[in-house]
Amino acid sequence: MTSDEARALMRSVLHSIAPEADLDQVAEGETLQEALDLDSIDFLEFVTGLAKATGLEMPERDYPELSTVEGCIAYLTSH
Amino acid sequence: MGDFTMPSLGADMESGKVTHWLVKPGDEVKRGDIVAVVQTEKSEIEVEIFEDGTVEELVVAEGSQVPVGAVLAHIATRGPAKAPGERRSVPPVAREPATGHEVRAASRHVQGATSHGPLVESPIVRHLAERLGVSLESLSGSGLGGVVTRADVERAANTSAARAGQLGSRRPASSPFARRLAGELGVDLAQVTGTGPGGSVIERDVRRAGLTAASEVRGTPEATSHDRQRAMQRAVGALMARSKREVPHYYLRETIDLSTSAAWLEQANLERPVEDRLVMAALLFSATARAVKRVPEVNGFYVDGSFVPSASVHLGIAISQRSGGLIAPAIHDADQLGLTELMRQMKELVIRAREGILRSSEMSDPTITVTNLGDRGVESVLGVIYPPQVALVGFGRESEQPWAANGVVDVRRCVVATLSGDHRVSDGIRGARFLREIDRLLQEPEKL
Repeated sequence: MTSDEARALMRSVLHSIAPEADLDQVAEGETLQEALDLDSIDFLEFVTGLAKATGLEMPERDYPELSTVEGCIAYLTSH
Repeated sequence: MGDFTMPSLGADMESGKVTHWLVKPGDEVKRGDIVAVVQTEKSEIEVEIFEDGTVEELVVAEGSQVPVGAVLAHIATRGPAKAPGERRSVPPVAREPATGHEVRAASRHVQGATSHGPLVESPIVRHLAERLGVSLESLSGSGLGGVVTRADVERAANTSAARAGQLGSRRPASSPFARRLAGELGVDLAQVTGTGPGGSVIERDVRRAGLTAASEVRGTPEATSHDRQRAMQRAVGALMARSKREVPHYYLRETIDLSTSAAWLEQANLERPVEDRLVMAALLFSATARAVKRVPEVNGFYVDGSFVPSASVHLGIAISQRSGGLIAPAIHDADQLGLTELMRQMKELVIRAREGILRSSEMSDPTITVTNLGDRGVESVLGVIYPPQVALVGFGRESEQPWAANGVVDVRRCVVATLSGDHRVSDGIRGARFLREIDRLLQEPEKL
């Protein structure tokens, strides 16, 4: 997966959880939870969406990496 | 013959607008069917009907704003008439006597009543009918003196299964609302994978499909959503003012050590596929619902100067809507659910609450409410009780805290639990017992 594809996937998954959430508003290093006002259930839905689309398992210990835009793109492109 | 009336979907509701009828005269309806969509200041609510029958007349046109208790439709009923003066296990929140749309707990109660309807051969047959979803009232018994026998029930079940099969071959099972929504969003139901009971297509599936297909948001115009938000703020404010005026609150707080629960949760999630993973809130809610058993004074309604305890625990969950509102719909019988099922229902409820579409039964009958601030909250919350409920439990943000025990200080994962209780019904001693019971249950997460 290229980084553009990863970003597009994040965008579409986020859209189904929080239609008003705008990925471009998330500053570098900021967590998605803080920037987009996602609670633990929203974030779990986000991870579930990514896992379903990619077939990756995404264990809980990887959540911190998945919670920033850069981290998530790095994760999706390297797995 | 029954009147289907505008339900009270929360103590703060005075009127509602019928935005859509999902049935028309002549339609057969079954208890639990969603027959109309009603818009309140807070949300769009799918209103369920609580008796079987045939729609005779729609009294109120789409778009009409009517007060709680106003007749919306006439329903010709087949079900047993409610005996006059029959006591319900849970009183409805409605100020008007509810007819046609009893709160769910009450309808379960009526269903179990044995004094009405035809004679049945044995309790086993009655039980079988319940299990197969056969309405005994609709059967004519072939036994001695018209008694309903096992064979009658089985025959009826087969007939209705065959009918359902015919329907199923035409289209996937789906709720009326899901079908209407599919029409609006231009979604082909046959292409949608259902995640509802028995693989049925529910509204959420349609929304997902609609979003994927069009990636176009069906949003309300800015001005409307702003007005809705202000109206909702007013409605919440009015209810909270009433609570503060009428309910003598007392407050308790306790810091709970979550180390055991957190470790158990981490281990449990390792073994679970991502869609079945749990969050701490599920454990907190489950412990709260179960703790009610020990201290029933926190669960029920204060109506007309006295407390009516509830036998069921319908746990209201405070959910912030993205538009800025707050709503607290119920998870029914939360004390009876395992963590996986509780989590599933929480997720579904959050999604529907955020989208602003809830069911009437979820809005009308929470027996106790819990508010969980979560990761982005603060240390603790002292909430305002939702009348006519008598208690509200608050959980703050989980955090690591220094913890002194047995002469040693170490670091534990903790949460501050609070109770706002109604002093007319319980007191600090009983309230403390309730919070300590929640603590105790969270030390044995494997039993939740």
